[in-house]
Amino acid sequence: MTQSDLITILPLLALVVWACALLLVDLFIPKGRKGWTALLAAAGLALTMGLTLAQAGREASGFGGMLRLDGFSTFLNVLFLGSGLLGVAVAYGYLKRMDLERGEFYSLLLFSITGMMLMAQAADLIVIFLALELLSIPLYVLAAFARPRADSEEAGLKYFLLGAFSTGFVVYGITLVFGATGTTSLAKIVEVLAAGSLGTGSLLLTIGAALILVGFSFKVAAVPFHMWTPDVYQGAPTPVTAFMSVGAKAAGFAALMRIFVMAFPSLSADLTPVLWALAALTMFIGNIIAISQTNIKRMLAYSSIAHAGYILMALVAYGNPAVAADSVASALFYLVAYAVTSFGAWSVVMSLEKPDAKGLEINDFAGLGRRNPLLAAAMTIFMLSFTGMPPTLGLVGKFFLFRTAIEGGFIGLAIIGVLTSLISAYYYLRVVVTMYMREGEPQAEGEYWLTFTTVVTALATVVLQFLPAALFALAAGAVLK
Amino acid sequence: MNFGSIPLTYYLVLSAALFTMGALGVLIRRNALIIFMSVELMLNAANLAFVAFARQYGVFTGQLFVFFVMTVAAAEVAVGLALIVAIFRTKHSIDVDQMSSLKG
Amino acid sequence: MLLEYAAIAAFIFVTILVGFIAIILGMLFGPKKSTDVKAMPYESGMNPIGPGTRRMPVRFYLIAVLFILFDIETVFLLPWAIVFRKLGVFGLVEMAVFIAILLVGYIYAWKKGALEWD
Repeated sequence: MTQSDLITILPLLALVVWACALLLVDLFIPKGRKGWTALLAAAGLALTMGLTLAQAGREASGFGGMLRLDGFSTFLNVLFLGSGLLGVAVAYGYLKRMDLERGEFYSLLLFSITGMMLMAQAADLIVIFLALELLSIPLYVLAAFARPRADSEEAGLKYFLLGAFSTGFVVYGITLVFGATGTTSLAKIVEVLAAGSLGTGSLLLTIGAALILVGFSFKVAAVPFHMWTPDVYQGAPTPVTAFMSVGAKAAGFAALMRIFVMAFPSLSADLTPVLWALAALTMFIGNIIAISQTNIKRMLAYSSIAHAGYILMALVAYGNPAVAADSVASALFYLVAYAVTSFGAWSVVMSLEKPDAKGLEINDFAGLGRRNPLLAAAMTIFMLSFTGMPPTLGLVGKFFLFRTAIEGGFIGLAIIGVLTSLISAYYYLRVVVTMYMREGEPQAEGEYWLTFTTVVTALATVVLQFLPAALFALAAGAVLK
Repeated sequence: MNFGSIPLTYYLVLSAALFTMGALGVLIRRNALIIFMSVELMLNAANLAFVAFARQYGVFTGQLFVFFVMTVAAAEVAVGLALIVAIFRTKHSIDVDQMSSLKG
Repeated sequence: MLLEYAAIAAFIFVTILVGFIAIILGMLFGPKKSTDVKAMPYESGMNPIGPGTRRMPVRFYLIAVLFILFDIETVFLLPWAIVFRKLGVFGLVEMAVFIAILLVGYIYAWKKGALEWD
């Protein structure tokens, strides 16, 4: 192992060792004192975050070019670790309250984050496959974590079956790409494509790329590969759902960007119409079905599908070389905006959730504005941010996305984006109206860390919009070259 | 033994057939275990094609990938079987059509 | 080149045909009389007790799952052993790390009581 190898994987290495150690240490922490496990998990994440930030701005490549450390990976790793920290913060009280206190939760969370980080750093299709599995398998277990509650087990099994199915597509896609180019390294694939002597192989390559796209569309919950999302999001314990909606989605997009931006730029002409349809369908169907939902978890699940569509819009714009760099930057920016908002919204849902999946109807939010003004105000901010209205980060995110799409010449898509955002205002604002205009006596939990997360994410949603240029510059610095 | 005379296309056709059978199995069958076996069929179809390609190109990456797919699939099997056992204990059935406590 | 396989194809065809003929002849000319003894799973030996599909203790599945995991992981030892001399000390350390990771899982399963039979 050379020094460059070590530098490339240092944060990953730290987190993996920590996660393994945590799994063993937790065996000796008695039941009822799992707060220590949570604390240790948070410490591990913070340590890794420190290492990642210390490496910011550095570029390295390790293990024969299989792994990369660059601005792109640093940006996303910070996002993953941040969502992991928030995940631990919201999970601690929730697990206690729902009588789910098992220490494995935190180890599994750490392993899943390792997979996500590996995904952001991957520069070889084999590593992308490994990362995909490393991030997914712990999530299958986490989704079924509220065992023996039937809905959680079902969520776990559904996520597992659909996840394994999508893995099958990814693996077969990788196989065909390998068959067409004779290599799995993204950098070498680019070389082979540049040499341009594929012949019949180019058909294999296109089919392979399409299969990989299908596989990852499952992971990011794009229509028509979204069927699992509402069921899994509803059945899984809410902290897992929050983490999944942020981390797994971002990791899926990380892989899509690595593969399609780094390795297949020459394919973008073939794929742009496909991505266009995918993005338009996802925005449209996600937002339309969300309207008829009465359960807040299902509504947020469809909202999460819809937001995958908005991010896909950036990948469509990538098809135009003039805005290629901007499109990746705006996708990264939107991922951050979505992550902060989504975590906040889920944390409010957790505050109101009662055992046995009670308190999850939108009607259960009635009267929150009077009973708990702070929580209601935070929820209002998150709903505004989801819609893309001022004064929130969601507005800035959508602005960048639509601007990229329009500059790239995809005006039709941008119009669909704006229209569906208007549709989404209906169901997002319905939550706000329910909170303030209707009578009810909701009982909100006042757990310290949960409230902390709600407040921090709400503040971030509002404050970060005042420095969009700085944040966008960070995202632009993370663009793949 | 010499398999040299079997052209690459044969392997690919077989692999594509296996993959299609697997994908159809996932979509058509309703028993969680059988769906899961179909997924394994898809993975193994990919493995077959990968080894065939690797031999064609004379590189070992392909065989390496197959090792990874096999081991990761084993990890997936472990999690999947555990989930199926858990759900069978709660519901006494692993028919995916009966999993309807999550409908909205 | 397909012609080389013609002999095999003919062989398979004849085998299937012979099997069919045997079964069909038996169906046409054989006496059909069902008795209680014939309907039993085993004509000789113990009389079966209880339903055919008995529930297995879940322990079996647990052990089977653990077996699959640790069994398959050894697949990496094979290529490693072949190039062991070329890799030298580095390879040894790598494999030690790999085994150590497996060991973490093993210790976890052990402490959780997954290996106990009662």
